[in-house]
Amino acid sequence: MSGAGKAFVEARGIHVSYDGNPILERVHMSVDRGAFVTIVGASGCGKSTFLRLLLGQETPQKGEILVDGKKIAAEPDPDRGVVFQKYSVFPHLTVWQNLLLPAEIGGSPFLARLFGAARRHAEEAAEEMLVEIGLSHARNRYPAQLSGGMQQRLAIGQTLLKKPRILLLDEPFGALDPGIRADMHVLITELWRSCGMTVFMVTHDIQEAFKLGTRILVFDKVRHDPHAPERFGATITYDLPLDHKAKAAAALPPGILKTHSHQGVDVHA
Amino acid sequence: MRLMNRNPSRTTALFLGLLPFALLAIVYVLASAARLADNPADKLLPSLSTMAETFRIMAFEEDVRSGDRLLWLDTAASLWRLGLGLAISATLSLFIGIFIGFLPYGRAFLAPFISAFSMIPPITVLPILFIVLGLGEASKIGLIVVGTAPLMIRSLAQTVLSIPREEMVKAQTLGASSWQIALRVVLPQIWPALITAIRMGLISAWIFLISAEAIASTEGLGYRIFLVRRYLAMDVIVPYVAWITLIAYLTDRLLALLSRRAFRWAHLQGDAL
Ligand SMILES: Nc1ncnc2c1ncn2[C@@H]1O[C@H](COP(=O)(O)OP(=O)(O)OP(=O)(O)O)[C@@H](O)[C@H]1O
Ligand SMILES: [Mg+2]
Repeated sequence: MSGAGKAFVEARGIHVSYDGNPILERVHMSVDRGAFVTIVGASGCGKSTFLRLLLGQETPQKGEILVDGKKIAAEPDPDRGVVFQKYSVFPHLTVWQNLLLPAEIGGSPFLARLFGAARRHAEEAAEEMLVEIGLSHARNRYPAQLSGGMQQRLAIGQTLLKKPRILLLDEPFGALDPGIRADMHVLITELWRSCGMTVFMVTHDIQEAFKLGTRILVFDKVRHDPHAPERFGATITYDLPLDHKAKAAAALPPGILKTHSHQGVDVHA
Repeated sequence: MRLMNRNPSRTTALFLGLLPFALLAIVYVLASAARLADNPADKLLPSLSTMAETFRIMAFEEDVRSGDRLLWLDTAASLWRLGLGLAISATLSLFIGIFIGFLPYGRAFLAPFISAFSMIPPITVLPILFIVLGLGEASKIGLIVVGTAPLMIRSLAQTVLSIPREEMVKAQTLGASSWQIALRVVLPQIWPALITAIRMGLISAWIFLISAEAIASTEGLGYRIFLVRRYLAMDVIVPYVAWITLIAYLTDRLLALLSRRAFRWAHLQGDAL
């Protein structure tokens, strides 16, 4: 764990329960600026819930989340970008219009449309991103006309145009085949390095988690009640820096590796 | 190959589509011919030529008493009421539908009221409208609005609610305000649903229009049908019903086409009627 003074994103004593069933309990986390944090754990253990907390889409019943030492807003804001598994782009806008939208929102409070020099400026940035995510040939297509991988590239491009300090990814490549997934890994790693963001990425693919992360968090239940499985919530059971990735892999019990690595190839739709 | 996987060719589809119309026409012609052979003065099932002639007179010859070409007079009066009523309903449903579907406060404030209001059988409101608004245009247009707006509002509110939550969150992470999201995310995705709502509304709008015209009017398609009913003038009624059906059908097709042309993104997946 890093020292308290330089922690960038911090979770302190988080508790979340739905309908009286605890989902997350006593979650503590402290992450440095620029980290690439991958999050793994069994299905239904609360990874997406944790991401929604970081996003500000939900607030925990107990505990707090701090960014740069300040409590985060109780609603999403441009500081924290997000890419979900699905529905992360706007279906009524073409690729090009989706990429222009961030600038239009930022530069025009009433119409959310840009004209003249401001528009040309926005178009330059959009054009650059369009090339970077490799969608130049699909500029005028609607999301429904794109493959899954192209849609996710668009979603990532659109999010990064806002230059968020924190990027949250919830199984962004879950529905993609291994080849496309490898391309996406290259893309996201490059973008992460060049933008200097702090990334949190949920994945079911443990290899992906090791390959991309500088740090890996494993969510699991520490207490089990065989008669009432929903009685206890999950927490962070392993928190491993991956500077020496092989060492970290060795530190994990083989059981975890097995349960997760077979899920890596299934398509989590 | 399974029946569910067999698709008719274009010509076959056209032929199949026309078949029920042809069958209906043939049955009618045979029945009418049989009755007329029995009694040439029969009024119940007039021959096609009689109806065509009556329709021609209604459309192209001036009425002896008023000097109007009745078909066009009636059509213009009815379409004016229908169009205005539906335009008001569409406007209301767009604003109130977004208000309810987009804002939790709007939902808390208006959703129960609209749900309750939509349960009023509109025809029961007609006497109230006649008393309050008089027997003129306002009460007829009012009936169409009362009859169509609540359901259109509910359908649009539901459409707004079913926009994936992820899209709303994503827009917020791009820094958008509620106003900007309403303008750039919600509104554009509501247009095709509005057209669908209008197409649904058209069906009941016609019912309420004809009812209102039947009860109190001096011109209009519904008025004419119920007026000539007294003389058993089937040669006027049947062509009028066919004419109304044709107008309603064409409006529906036109709206469907408009939606496909103007909102291509909404029609990229799946078949729609
Ligand atoms: N809005 C909600 N109301 C009630 N229960 C919920 C709600 N959202 C999530 N849950 C429950 O919380 C638990 C954690 O859900 P979450 O989506 O965070 O899991 P996850 O770790 O992301 O799973 P997966 O890997 O399958 O995506 C699940 O048991 C789910 O049933
Ligand atoms: Mg999840």
